[in-house]
Amino acid sequence: MTTKSLKILASAAAVAFTATIGAAQAAEPIKIGAFLSATGPASFLGDPEKKVLEKYVAEFNKAGGVLGRQIELTLYDDAGAADKASSFVKRLIENDKVDVIVGGSTTGATMAAVPLVEAAGIPFISLAGAVVIVEPVKKWVFKTPHTDRMAAEKIFSDMKKKGITKYAMISENAGFGKSGHDETLKVQANYGMTLVADETYAPKDPDVTAQLTKIKNTAGVQAVINWGFGQSPAVVTKNYKQLGIAAPLYQSHGVASKDYIKLAGDAAEGVRLPAAGLVVANQLANSDMQKAVVVKFQKEYQADFKAEASTFAGHAYDGLQIALTAIQRAGGTDKAKVRDEIEKTQGYIGTGGTVHMSPTDHMGLNLSAFHMVEIKKGDFVLSD
Amino acid sequence: MASTSRWAGLGALAVFLAVLPQVLPNNYYVDVAVLAGFNAIVCVGLNLLIGYAGQISLGHAGFFGLGAYSSAILVTHYGWPPLAALLAGALLVGLLAFAIARPILKLKGHYLAMATLGIGIIISIIINTEAQITGGPDGIAAGNFTLGGFELKGERAWYWVIAVLLLVTVWLATNLVDSPVGRALRALHGSEVGAEVVGVDTTRYKVLVFVVSAVIASIAGSLFAHYTSQLTPTKADFFKSIELVTMVVFGGMASTFGALVGAAFLTMLPQVLTVFEDYEPIILGGIMMGTMIFMPRGLVPTISAFLTRRRS
Repeated sequence: MTTKSLKILASAAAVAFTATIGAAQAAEPIKIGAFLSATGPASFLGDPEKKVLEKYVAEFNKAGGVLGRQIELTLYDDAGAADKASSFVKRLIENDKVDVIVGGSTTGATMAAVPLVEAAGIPFISLAGAVVIVEPVKKWVFKTPHTDRMAAEKIFSDMKKKGITKYAMISENAGFGKSGHDETLKVQANYGMTLVADETYAPKDPDVTAQLTKIKNTAGVQAVINWGFGQSPAVVTKNYKQLGIAAPLYQSHGVASKDYIKLAGDAAEGVRLPAAGLVVANQLANSDMQKAVVVKFQKEYQADFKAEASTFAGHAYDGLQIALTAIQRAGGTDKAKVRDEIEKTQGYIGTGGTVHMSPTDHMGLNLSAFHMVEIKKGDFVLSD
Repeated sequence: MASTSRWAGLGALAVFLAVLPQVLPNNYYVDVAVLAGFNAIVCVGLNLLIGYAGQISLGHAGFFGLGAYSSAILVTHYGWPPLAALLAGALLVGLLAFAIARPILKLKGHYLAMATLGIGIIISIIINTEAQITGGPDGIAAGNFTLGGFELKGERAWYWVIAVLLLVTVWLATNLVDSPVGRALRALHGSEVGAEVVGVDTTRYKVLVFVVSAVIASIAGSLFAHYTSQLTPTKADFFKSIELVTMVVFGGMASTFGALVGAAFLTMLPQVLTVFEDYEPIILGGIMMGTMIFMPRGLVPTISAFLTRRRS
């Protein structure tokens, strides 16, 4: 009996010993967790994000990893559902024990994750749009995309240049559209704008002619802003053209992908929107520091996936880069140190713009990151 | 005989629930167990309706959602204590279920399924569109469940609450099934005309069991609102209702433990299948189709019938 247990003990010790040697030889991988809406209604966000994360993690690993350690990516598909996102985040934290989380394609999924990462103390870089993610500032939460508020400000400054003061708004009554709508109202006074018509629709409405007719019949509308993403902006754009409304139509950065132009077809001609430099990579001035970065990213993405990179793909690229450079500077994966380093990100030139994070700003982008873009002949054309 | 097997089943479940957290390696597994527990509670209630009364509800997620949102809204907007909000939600759902069931259950056939389908979708639309109070598609956070000075926090604490609640629900359900009410229900399931001939007030029993199962769903919903960090309308939509019916049918109709197994199995399966990434929906669909084709009575009744055959 005793000999048997001794044997077991000895073999256990041997196993433990070899395990430690093994660990010392090959450093433990850096674990990056991701939860993305790779399928479902928000897959136009999550699918390119997933491709980008997988591609660049593989490339980092081929080049020897970070700090000589390989990167291990654990990726889950939340299908755009916040409750699924919440259980996958628990899984990433508790079971996969990741060092940093990059993900959250939608604001809903991100907000479901926020209390969990805050409680567990894990650096989290979100890829979603709304301003509530970083305002008020949350210790462990960062984000890469521009906010809806910035888009509203950019649109207003463009309107101001054109002498427009009265505008109408038509927005999705949910998520991104609703948040954009509210942020627009908050900043309109700063630009001396007045809202004269305010219409909403549900994200899956196949037709918004009724709402647009109301806007058309409202006196004094000089421009119209549409807040929404996915199918709905294309529906609005088509109906807008059918009704022959003469006032210029502004879309948000939520449509900054070729898919929108494909869906809206000819009706998209003349639509203006704020977008990151990525969608007009080749048109940027050579003096623009961002140009080299976005042209390179656009080229690499097209080579691999035979499609133009949307800004959403860029958000994932920026998130991964910011996380990995922070780990590099921190000299390891100590979570508090990595968090501090992410917060100290200064002058990182990404696809979204130049990032200057600070303890009061966990996004680090300003309005210069946005370009005004007009759709001409089925393509985005720089227009500021 | 029936009574001893009932206590044996309940005892086995209690032992299982007590041992389970000791073998779960970390809180993620506990979280999945808690979610399975929530589904199981709703399914045991729903099984009373589907399995014993022979009626289908396609709106149980609506009742779950109504309970959840009642709690979330009363607690966050009006500062009610969570327990009071839970009871108010249950009362509301009970009255609503009674109001729908009373006229509709007098009709024969699957009218209840149609009515519940409608109610479920209406509830889901209201939750989605009344964003000022419900938070819309982005959801709402109900905060932690507090009672007196005690705050319920963390997966493990929740586990024990849900485990006890599940035991109580199963105890209630098995009691009901073995009572005169249960016998009346089974008679009704077998043949409605036959049941009426022997003097069973079929409408009354159908209404009773419908209201009971809706209230169980509402209570589970209220607690879920406090458990989850962000309550979203997906928990109240039509697909969730279908998922609940699937759990009951998959586990085995007219078997309380079947409903338990179905709920646990179908909660865990998507988590297990994430390793297959893109093939996940295909494999999930395949497993369910296979079960329905080869075990049309559901998992638990088929297996228990097989075991009794082997023994004899």
